[in-house]
Amino acid sequence: MPMLADKDRIFTNLYGFHDPGLKAAMKRGQWDGTKLLIDQGHDWIINEVKQSGLRGRGGAGFPTGLKWSFMPKADPRPSYLVINADESEPGSCKDREILRHDPQLLIEGALLASFAMRAHTCYIYLRGEYIREREALQRAVDEAYAAKLIGRNNVHGWDFDLYLHHGAGAYICGEETALLESLEGKKGQPRLKPPFPANVGLYGAPTTINNVESIAVVPDILRRGAKWFEALGKPNNSGTKLFQISGHVNKPCVVEEEMGIPLRQLIEEHAGGVRGGWNNLLAVIPGGSSVPLVPAELCQDLTMDFDALLKVKSGLGTAALIVMDKSTDVVRAIARISYFYKHESCGQCTPCREGTGWMWRVLERMAEGRAEKREIDLLFDVTKQVEGHTICALGDAAAWPVQGLIRHFRGEIEKRIDTYHSGHREAAE
Amino acid sequence: MAVRRLHPDQPAHFAFTAENLAWVNATIAKYPPGKQASAVIPVLWRAQEQIGGWITEPAIRAVADLLGMAHIRVLEIATFYTMFQLAPIGSKAHVQVCGTTPCMLRGAKDLVKVCKKKIAEEPFHLSADGAFSWEEVECLGSCANAPMVQIGADTYEDLTPELLDDILAAFATGTAPTPGSQTGRTASCPEGGPTTLSDPALYDGSRIGQWQKRLSGGGTAPPVAPAAPVAPSTPPAPSAPPAASACVSAQSETGAKPFVHPAALAAMANSGMVKELEARASGGKPISASELANLAQLARLQGPQAYGARPDDSDGAGR
Repeated sequence: MPMLADKDRIFTNLYGFHDPGLKAAMKRGQWDGTKLLIDQGHDWIINEVKQSGLRGRGGAGFPTGLKWSFMPKADPRPSYLVINADESEPGSCKDREILRHDPQLLIEGALLASFAMRAHTCYIYLRGEYIREREALQRAVDEAYAAKLIGRNNVHGWDFDLYLHHGAGAYICGEETALLESLEGKKGQPRLKPPFPANVGLYGAPTTINNVESIAVVPDILRRGAKWFEALGKPNNSGTKLFQISGHVNKPCVVEEEMGIPLRQLIEEHAGGVRGGWNNLLAVIPGGSSVPLVPAELCQDLTMDFDALLKVKSGLGTAALIVMDKSTDVVRAIARISYFYKHESCGQCTPCREGTGWMWRVLERMAEGRAEKREIDLLFDVTKQVEGHTICALGDAAAWPVQGLIRHFRGEIEKRIDTYHSGHREAAE
Repeated sequence: MAVRRLHPDQPAHFAFTAENLAWVNATIAKYPPGKQASAVIPVLWRAQEQIGGWITEPAIRAVADLLGMAHIRVLEIATFYTMFQLAPIGSKAHVQVCGTTPCMLRGAKDLVKVCKKKIAEEPFHLSADGAFSWEEVECLGSCANAPMVQIGADTYEDLTPELLDDILAAFATGTAPTPGSQTGRTASCPEGGPTTLSDPALYDGSRIGQWQKRLSGGGTAPPVAPAAPVAPSTPPAPSAPPAASACVSAQSETGAKPFVHPAALAAMANSGMVKELEARASGGKPISASELANLAQLARLQGPQAYGARPDDSDGAGR
């Protein structure tokens, strides 16, 4: 597969080599003819986004246009667009680059999406740790207000207020209903659905929550046309995507590439290859910490898209690749992910609150080998008890990495248990 | 979940400075009238900054009173969100070391060792001179620049134990080092220069306006009038919210594509039936009456008005 051509890239200031300010952004083609797009009407925008095949970039991959069409069209309550910039999935660092280097893409996308859904107000919820990113985005918002691109009586003829809001260090607030709770000034504990946010969202009003990247690609889709976006990538997995490559590669980076790019090509062309060469690869977590890892033997011909990764019982998630070479203590690496979920569980549902801690403690013992082999099956069983039995997907996200570990590295855990027990037998003799 | 409690030694008073109070009022104005509780995180954050890096019990009361919230609600916020420090932190730097897997793979454990050696054996403990403290935090979202630490508002990336040593030494002398990558990389660009974005046409403005002929009549797509109805090629969800009984109304039209209530689609979406949903919502296989009834139940379809607005949380009690 040839590398994505520069002319098809959306994020042209991904690394901040150029000025993120409004004037420079406009020279890169942002805010170009936005009024013409708005003149095409609410439904034209939704339809174009639907036809582009854009699937949400926040992890779940839900079709964005379809999500927008759930919003009521005649409702006495105000409608809200809420943009999820609570980027906290371990491995993910793409929205950060948009917020600090290409903020006008996001602001223009927010206007177009809000117009499509007949919303006059948009909140962008940033994670609390992104302080400099928030400052950069606020500067961009102020510039857009000053240029009358957004705000009341703006040049686009659609009154639109954009506010920044931030959290204070809670991963769970990336879950859309927890984010709404947090935005309403409460603990970030997810809501039961239904009712869905499109019916009862922020302040009880119709609300759509989208990821930063999903919104930031909208202006380009509308300008260049749904067909252009759909032609990139693979069927049902269209467009370009920001990939984030971290861990044991020679040159970790964030890069925009076509959906469906082979994993090996992505790592070798952009990230300088796996440390010690491709044959030194142990496993890859392809979509942020919550998706199961994929062992090296399955990585050879793997492509980076929703459907191909589902086939190997993993997922694209946020397209954050965590690469592990053969020096990795894979049990400890997953145990650390389990600790993360234990730390970030909101405590609302028992299976998650108790299960995440339980899974972590058992994995810590298994990393030393201080366990019994029958506990491996017990651990797998517990992950199944957590998965699907909680209000939100954090329980699932905590269970999947452990399931992936047991599925692919059971032998490694057993070996450690054997080593530990033989060591202790010798000590006893 | 982490168990977090207030510090045993608390000051007697807290009051915002006039400048901060003006900022607080401007922040409250971002939210609709009566929804001032939304401002609680930013306002508590400002309180933490004013106090010098941690949240005191009088500050919690003051913020609650200011926002018309019950004290307990703000206490919940302060203990739930881990960026609110509940004990004094180092006067010169509080080092937050990211310890989650992507950073761990690239040596975060060695950074923790530096903190233990240079600052204090235990996290959240002050160094002997009170100038430093540290903690291990969960993913800070700079994974392509791992391992990293955050000190105050800034991140220090691509670290080694030696580089962290240097940074701590700089803070000790009161000179904050340059944030960002400590190995000279630009943001998350691959080391040695970008592999992409070399086409000068992206930056010379030559692409501006080129796309417009598509929409203004001369292009491949037919011109669309403002606020035109949805193009017939993709029958989407219905264009107006149906009446309460309308969710199963279309079944009588035998052969015609039955109409699917948006909330039923949402129910499918949320039960993970994405494939199914794409087929159904774009007019693929028709949906049967019993399936629709099941979905309606799943979505507890009673028409939009049955949901109404949620009762006002005047006591701030939440759900």
